[in-house]
Amino acid sequence: MDVYVGIDLGSTTSKAVVVSEERRVLGRGLTNTRSNYKVASDIAREEALHNARFSHLCDEMEARGYPAARHAAVYSDLDLNFRFEGYLLRLNALEQECERTLKASPELGVAPGAVPEVFALLRKEAYRTFDAQARNDSSKFFRDVAGSAFADAAETVATRRGEPSEPLVSLYDRSIVPAENRMLDLPFGEFLASACERTLAAHGEENGSSGFGRALTAAAGRASALPLEVRGMVGTGYGRQLLPFPEEMIRSEILCHGLGAHRVFPKTRTILDIGGQDTKAIQVDGDGVVTSFHMNDRCAAGCGRYLGYIADELSMSVKDLGPLACKADKTIRISSTCTVFAGAELRDLLNLGEERSNILAGLHRAIVLRAFSLLARSGGVRDQFTFTGGVARNVAVVQYTREMVRKNYGELAMNVHHDSIFMGALGAALFALRAGRGEAPPPPGTAEPDKSAACGPGCPAGRES
Amino acid sequence: MSAKPEVVKEESMVVQKEMLAGYFQELARARESGKKVVYTFVPGNVTELMLSFGVVPVYPEINALQSGMRKRSMEYIRQAEKMGHSEDVCTYVKCDIGMMLEGNIGPTGEAIPPPDLLLCSYTGCFTFMKWFENLAKLYSCPVVMLHVPYRADGEASPAMVAYVADQLRTQVVPALERLTGRPYDEARLKAMLKLSAEAEGDMVRCFEAAKHRPSPIDGYFAGVYYIGPMFTAFRGTEDCARYYRQLRADVEARLAAGLGPVTPEGEVKEERYRLVVEGPPNWTHFREFWKLFYDRGAVVVASTYTKVGGTYDFGFRHDPGRPLETLAEYCMGCYTNLGLPQRAEVLSRYVADYHADGLLVNSIKSCNSFSAGQLQMLRAVEEKTGVPVGFIESDLVDPRYFSYANLKNRLDSFFQMLDQKRAPAGGDGRKR
Repeated sequence: MDVYVGIDLGSTTSKAVVVSEERRVLGRGLTNTRSNYKVASDIAREEALHNARFSHLCDEMEARGYPAARHAAVYSDLDLNFRFEGYLLRLNALEQECERTLKASPELGVAPGAVPEVFALLRKEAYRTFDAQARNDSSKFFRDVAGSAFADAAETVATRRGEPSEPLVSLYDRSIVPAENRMLDLPFGEFLASACERTLAAHGEENGSSGFGRALTAAAGRASALPLEVRGMVGTGYGRQLLPFPEEMIRSEILCHGLGAHRVFPKTRTILDIGGQDTKAIQVDGDGVVTSFHMNDRCAAGCGRYLGYIADELSMSVKDLGPLACKADKTIRISSTCTVFAGAELRDLLNLGEERSNILAGLHRAIVLRAFSLLARSGGVRDQFTFTGGVARNVAVVQYTREMVRKNYGELAMNVHHDSIFMGALGAALFALRAGRGEAPPPPGTAEPDKSAACGPGCPAGRES
Repeated sequence: MSAKPEVVKEESMVVQKEMLAGYFQELARARESGKKVVYTFVPGNVTELMLSFGVVPVYPEINALQSGMRKRSMEYIRQAEKMGHSEDVCTYVKCDIGMMLEGNIGPTGEAIPPPDLLLCSYTGCFTFMKWFENLAKLYSCPVVMLHVPYRADGEASPAMVAYVADQLRTQVVPALERLTGRPYDEARLKAMLKLSAEAEGDMVRCFEAAKHRPSPIDGYFAGVYYIGPMFTAFRGTEDCARYYRQLRADVEARLAAGLGPVTPEGEVKEERYRLVVEGPPNWTHFREFWKLFYDRGAVVVASTYTKVGGTYDFGFRHDPGRPLETLAEYCMGCYTNLGLPQRAEVLSRYVADYHADGLLVNSIKSCNSFSAGQLQMLRAVEEKTGVPVGFIESDLVDPRYFSYANLKNRLDSFFQMLDQKRAPAGGDGRKR
């Protein structure tokens, strides 16, 4: 099967999307951007290809009369168990890296035997940790999952041994970067088979003896063997120039976001994309061709990293900011446009006894105000308006954006897709497809909404590792 | 680009170099030769009038931009900021003041003599007034003001012309007479204005050569060199007329040979984008900035910056028959003195007349008078012409405002947008 891959190397996360010859989205991959851009891009691509195999598996099961709706829990566990295998593999790599760091830096003062003890505990607790983390809303990136597990394990081991835990924590901090910059060879077939076994066992289908179990095991085998030929790959995003791609296979993120958003919502005319450090206001025509754009310049206040900073200030998870802001009974006015000053303003307000929710409401409103100034500079908001990027996942930002659109531009359709973080990568994949076929896009006016861009229950969405 | 750039030296470049060397020599010896030095501004400069009195003009903006190109501006700006000038003050002003504080060393390594008179003609930029107020104090030197009315309603009315000509007659001429002890010599001025008109005609022909495909010139990055003699100390001289005759011959030869523009790294072999650019270039990273264009075959076919010291392509020529009135009309016609609708109209005409693929605005962080209204102009041109438009930001001579990565990122998107826009049925239009 011929596929095309788009990679969006953002400042915070790297995204990949795999599309078929028929412009159908087959898979998505997401990982944290790290110092080695090539590894980040390779991991995102591998994730997306694995995800494509999963989609294939789900499709096949559907065709054989096992609809996703009925077996959602099994598919979701299968996905989780598959990712668990990857987690264990990365845990091994981390241990090797810790041993290496220890050898190179004995001054860290980690007592002999402590590291194997920590990792033994980590492995013992691995499934519970991973399962809990996967089922709640927190980050699923390896560095975050392993990081908090490591801190807990280090504490336990240090207490048991009557030693301080700080050297172990320093060891982790020094080892995680090289560990995550290593590309690991992940045996998809083997991992999927073992995930199948574990899943079926948990669901009372020992060894796939039932019809469903047999079908699933067989489908997993076929999904693993599915020949996926990557025919073309286009890179985009903040780090695109550093991707090891030929120049003609690199596209501006403006064009990719424009095309991606247009693919999912063909009536899109204005796109707002708020990523980790960029805010982009993009105008496109009826064919998804960019006609004008504006980007934030010199200052990245109001982008994803701003929210990250605020979350750190409040010792909260970024994902909890939006929901808390939505609970506000009033919106505090935040006057600062600078992230650091806004942080200071936040502390002042907290000291004055202001509710966190109300302050957060103000901070979220400030983000949207900045974005709207950029939108105005780019030519305003036209019908339909599509909001993309990681920050589009924040409910409070979406709510304020909706209000601001209505207030400033009247009633118009606003689209927010749950996978809006993948729009740039989707656009890149579509460019790869065009380049691969050496063709022009479909004639104007023939664009159809991309149903496949939204996946059904049970079919795992973008995976994170 | 090949590893070894092929340097193209045209005859006109040699002529200009000689003219500049002579000028700086004259300037360095002004004191001993008893010549008076008058500082003035480029937009709305009455150079012929000054030269007719035998004074040596100095243009602080030119000093500032040259300091920017010579990578000295940061140090000068710091000096001026140390003196109390805010971060938001025009960087030309700070660069000029800093340069003065550091001994006013010009590009040849010799000191530029202090002014005997400041002739402030402020077309469209009110900072000019404050700039010379500062210099007047720093140099303890008299100032003569020439108020040029802004063309808010479009045309320069006869009353406006009379108003400016009257100031020339009653303020500027007497000031120059007092300074030099020489009487106003109208015959001499007329002869100079005749030479101006001749050079202006040749210069317009050079810029208009860019209407051809491929364009033989870059009307912005190379254009700033082409306007040099016309906008500064040479307009109205034999040298100036000679330079533009030579430039025209060079450009026409390139045109006849079907050659592309000359860049610091050889010729543009394949013209891939034709652009109209609004706004001054960045001077601190001029080469890098230009390279971002010529590396991809982007040629600026018309620019408004090359009209700040006079707009000649819509027919204006100095008229020796009405010397002071023609200078008045010239002042009011400078691009910086036009209203926003007129500027948008100039840009739209350029897009159409020069068959441009897109319009790009380089907005200047520290120049409010040039940058104000650029977004509205951008939208107006977009609406009128339908070409894609782009917006980037940098500064004149403050290197802190030049972010290569940001500019490159925006330009990448802009050029890819042009590719996509012109490809059949909206394809991505890239060569494969």
